[in-house]
Amino acid sequence: MSKKDSEYLINRKDNQYEVVIGLEVHAQVLSDSKLFSTSATKFGAEPNTQVSLVDAAFPGMLPVINEFCVKQAIKTGIGLNAKINKRSVFDRKNYFYADLPQGYQISQFKDPIVGEGKVILDMPNGQKEVGIERLHLEQDAGKSIHDLDPQNTFVDLNRSGVALMEIVSKPDLRSPDEVNAYIKKLRSIMRYLGTCDGNMQEGSLRADVNVSVRPKGSKEFGTRCEIKNVNSIKFMQMAIEYEANRQVDLIEEGKTIDQETRLFDTKKNETRSMRSKEDAHDYRYFPDPDLLPLEVSEKFIEELKNDIPELPDDKKKRFIEDFKLSPYEANILVSDIDTAKYFEEVVAKMGKNKDIKLAVNWITGELFAVLNSKGLEISQSPVSAKNFAILINLIKNGTISGKIAKTVFEIMIDGDKDPQKIVEEKGLKQQSDPKALEALIDKIINDNREKAIEYKQGKEKLFGFFVGQAMKASGGKANPQLINEILKKKL
Amino acid sequence: MSDITKQSLTELVENIKNKKLSSTDVTKAFIDRSEKSEELNAYITNDFTSALEKAKKFDQKPNLDSKLPGIPMAVKDLFCTKDIKTTAGSKILNNFVPTYESTVTENIWNEGAILLGKLNCDEFAMGSSNETSFFGNVQSPIDRNLVPGGSSGGSASAVAGQLTPVTIGTDTGGSIRQPASFTGIVGLKPTYGSCSRYGIVAFASSLDQAGPMAQNVKDCALLHEVISSYDPKDSTSIDFKRNHYSKELTNNIKGKKIGIPKEYRVDGMPKEIEDLWQKGIQYVKDCGAETIDISLPNTSYALPTYYIVAPAEASSNLARYDGVKYGYRAKGENLIDMYEKTRSEGFGAEVQRRIMIGTYVLSSGYYDAYYLKAQKVRKLIKNDFDEAYKKVDAILTPSTPSSAFKIGEKTNDPVSMYLNDIFTVPVNLAGLPGISIPAGHDSKGYPLGLQIIGKAFDEQNILNIAYAMEEKINFKNKITDWWIK
Repeated sequence: MSKKDSEYLINRKDNQYEVVIGLEVHAQVLSDSKLFSTSATKFGAEPNTQVSLVDAAFPGMLPVINEFCVKQAIKTGIGLNAKINKRSVFDRKNYFYADLPQGYQISQFKDPIVGEGKVILDMPNGQKEVGIERLHLEQDAGKSIHDLDPQNTFVDLNRSGVALMEIVSKPDLRSPDEVNAYIKKLRSIMRYLGTCDGNMQEGSLRADVNVSVRPKGSKEFGTRCEIKNVNSIKFMQMAIEYEANRQVDLIEEGKTIDQETRLFDTKKNETRSMRSKEDAHDYRYFPDPDLLPLEVSEKFIEELKNDIPELPDDKKKRFIEDFKLSPYEANILVSDIDTAKYFEEVVAKMGKNKDIKLAVNWITGELFAVLNSKGLEISQSPVSAKNFAILINLIKNGTISGKIAKTVFEIMIDGDKDPQKIVEEKGLKQQSDPKALEALIDKIINDNREKAIEYKQGKEKLFGFFVGQAMKASGGKANPQLINEILKKKL
Repeated sequence: MSDITKQSLTELVENIKNKKLSSTDVTKAFIDRSEKSEELNAYITNDFTSALEKAKKFDQKPNLDSKLPGIPMAVKDLFCTKDIKTTAGSKILNNFVPTYESTVTENIWNEGAILLGKLNCDEFAMGSSNETSFFGNVQSPIDRNLVPGGSSGGSASAVAGQLTPVTIGTDTGGSIRQPASFTGIVGLKPTYGSCSRYGIVAFASSLDQAGPMAQNVKDCALLHEVISSYDPKDSTSIDFKRNHYSKELTNNIKGKKIGIPKEYRVDGMPKEIEDLWQKGIQYVKDCGAETIDISLPNTSYALPTYYIVAPAEASSNLARYDGVKYGYRAKGENLIDMYEKTRSEGFGAEVQRRIMIGTYVLSSGYYDAYYLKAQKVRKLIKNDFDEAYKKVDAILTPSTPSSAFKIGEKTNDPVSMYLNDIFTVPVNLAGLPGISIPAGHDSKGYPLGLQIIGKAFDEQNILNIAYAMEEKINFKNKITDWWIK
């Protein structure tokens, strides 16, 4: 395997293979109630406590579309720069399973609510555009629990009927790294929009991964295999690596790849055949006669467009332009909506005479380190944006040095204390009175006459010695910039 | 008391409102007669004890402003009724007791009516003779061993036999109108979207409609007024302005234009049906309306279209009866085995046949040739009616191509059974309202019906035409009480 020029290729003897990946991401719509019923959707509730007669498919029960879920899907479509279809149709996908009460899943097959779109990925070697094929709304199934009893399977229908958005990408991804960036970008966009919490542990975001390989430079696609229901980015990447190598090995051995559905075994780190194309279900899709075609007006879409917050790409652009941040810095700040929020609040609280660069360094340095070590999200930060801004201002206006600021920050973490008060109480204020510092420096030069002469004769290294002496004499509180200036003048 | 059950709904309501009769009197009379009528096998489940209690309770504090004050009523066992077993005529739901009420029956109880019991029907409403019910076939009050029609056979039998003053049925391809025609009563299939489907065991969702069955047009109008409502719980329910159908009922149809579609003159149709139709045309004219020959060119495709669309939807609608959540469950070695045994043992032959047809026509590779084509033809059939309604206000046809047949006569010939629906099916495919009224008798003395098809949401118009014709026809149903010992 080589990663020359960030290109992900699989090498065998004289042959190089390119990996082609497309994703079907299932994102749970952030909504209090289900797609076609009023049942709650809260994660982790007692089994079968969030189930209506509709969700359990009792005789004569009928689905009624949840308008909020429709809005969420359209907003997501707008966030993906996609075409919103004013007319879409709900179809029934028929199959039998114990956790599918209706005997069919209501989904959208021929006419999805969202059509083609695109997302931009920031890769180390530049930007990459990934096409979106479509986004459609569908119901989730319930959950079969096989390990509670040796004889029986238990079924929890809490998830039955929960709204999902299936986001299908074009086969534009070429490496596990791009998959990582793609999933993170989708997650970021949906979290900005508030349409999906993107929580992979809770199953709010999962994906089916389509993988094929082809000789480098080939224009035709190879036979693809679909790896079902992978629920973490790491596993997706591992599954792709394994699967791509497996396919390349088959080609190298002169064998053919069967189009099939495979499962990723996370323990053995391998994919296994689940069912071949011949065994594929015939889902007998047809329009659900219980639901009329879903029609939305131009006005409805326009109103939702007006409701769209600034999305990561625009925010990044603005951060670069307005705050003179580097693309790299801007990326770090915008990728997670809560980080962006925190940063913007800090900027706002810093007032007029602000040092944004300094704030960015402190967020990505000290703050991230603390969050990392404590395992906290930025939304749970022990230091509020307001106090953080005060701290940065204290550095900026010379009240404390960067070094002292670190000491202050340590104290702030415990109970979000006001840095101003910490500085006052602990007497950490920087000595910035030029007269006092001049006196202090005069004394040091007097005490170290020989060294001062040596310095004047060209031993410039000794400058550091004088700075050190001055800082020591001030108990670390002297303004290092002033010390520098005065020393230069006096020596 | 014996003549209470002979009274029409309108008379009973009047008599209860005038306090000439109590709800208890009326309820008792219908229970007595129902109990003597076991041979008809019209009921699957009775709720007589509770009905009598409710009647007594009503009489203690009667609300005489309601539309159906203290009126006892049995309903087709396809409507879910809270705490009362609801089977859809199937073994697979033989132990199913809903915790909820269908909107249509809720509307009826809200107007003061009292549930007598649940009436027999073809299994999942699939049948034209009430012979597919798990609970046995229903006898027609017209004659021993005669089918009452289907699928609302128990309902038709119960109204014609005076076991209930009126009732409701469901009509997917003729299941109200054909049994009404076979038993000499009035049956209305409303416009699709007029009556809520919420709480009705689904057969074919895009065709199913609940509707009233009664001894006369006025009763039919009154009951329709009660059951028709906009219901947000049914996404296909339509919010349109509903008439006071019974109050606005008039026999003045002067100047109305009635279409006579030539395509309904089918090959092999008995002469007595043709004669009946001609008589109908004369009645309409006698009422001051005008008849116009029209063409509905795609009529002959309606039956094959129906027998693709309805089974397709049914195959999916009936997937939920899998033994997992409620209803019958057979023991199996594993999940698949349990499914197979549950559904093989739980569903009867006709239901299994339609599930198989439906599964087939939706299968990949066949979908375009069958289901998709059927949907296109369905559109053409609807267009035929739209065209016709540019020229006429309503359409007059026979309700069925023959009178009622003997039990067992067509059991082994499903196609001949399906042909029974030839005049009723186009109406469901087009989503239009249609009413069947009794219009005469065949040589054996069996009732024959005429069908009036209206424009969408134009129930008032076809009720008026039926009302005017009813007066001219002056039909007398020949009920001999043959089944009462």
